[in-house]
Amino acid sequence: MALMRVNPTRMELTRLKKRLNVARRGHKLLKDKRDELMKKFLELVRTNKELREKVEEMLMTVHRNFLIARAVMSSESLEAALMFPKQSVSLEVSTKNVMSVDVPVLEYKTSSPDDTDIYPYGFAATSAELDGAIGTLSNVLPYILELAQMEKSAQLLAEEIEKTRRRVNALEYVMIPQLEETIKYITMKLDENERGNLTRLMKVKDMMIEQARQAMNE
Amino acid sequence: MFKIGVIGDKDSILGFKAVGMSVFPVTTPFEGQEILEKIAEENYAVIYITEHVAKDIVQTIDKYSDRRFPAIIPIPSNQGSLGIGMSGVKKSVERAVGADILFRDE
Repeated sequence: MALMRVNPTRMELTRLKKRLNVARRGHKLLKDKRDELMKKFLELVRTNKELREKVEEMLMTVHRNFLIARAVMSSESLEAALMFPKQSVSLEVSTKNVMSVDVPVLEYKTSSPDDTDIYPYGFAATSAELDGAIGTLSNVLPYILELAQMEKSAQLLAEEIEKTRRRVNALEYVMIPQLEETIKYITMKLDENERGNLTRLMKVKDMMIEQARQAMNE
Repeated sequence: MFKIGVIGDKDSILGFKAVGMSVFPVTTPFEGQEILEKIAEENYAVIYITEHVAKDIVQTIDKYSDRRFPAIIPIPSNQGSLGIGMSGVKKSVERAVGADILFRDE
């Protein structure tokens, strides 16, 4: 592991030790965040999968019904019947915070509150099959919106997990080992200086004693 | 107040108009891409797009996956499901976990 380019001083050592502590704490926190995110994500994505299967199946029924409706009516009159929708849907979007990820919460409002009051045409000129098709489609509406909400949340959570995992790994495998290594390097360097100093002092003392002895002899 | 958009071939999405969504019939994927890029900037919170259109403009769709809005959701068209919607779920699992753990048994 590469060393950081630092001066081996006591100041630097204290600074690095502080940084190591922060890094360790951050690493622990991020790891917890990652685990919790993962738990939430897996829960979400499992229901997401089931819901998607269900919605796809429902939509296929809707398409089948429309196909039949189209078969018994001319496409012009079908289009004319659906030209001006009576119903309109608007979405109210708020956000929910899941482990610091803002996920959307969709609430839909329909303009006509009555579920049976959605047919934008008179019943005289259209077939019963079309009514059925639109009825099934309007039943799918809540599910398909929930699917949208869930799928978007899953995407956003996945992104956040990826980011957090990168950070955890960077701390665990790069930052922390590097700091440890550098701290060790500085400690060794300081110890070495200390020993060097000690030896020098002993040597000087020896020399001084020798000088004193010579002076006494003369 | 946000709206819901639907992009796809006319036959598949006509019915969505009746339940109050804004439909954008397209005939080619390129057209779909243009419309998607246009309405993504407007106040659409959810855009459904049929898989037959979605399969050729995956890159454009992926562009919006990190943004909070709009949510672009592939749905099966009247020619059946291509499994693109499912693969989107699978993709986010792979991104988060690093391996596919949901669909392994299939």
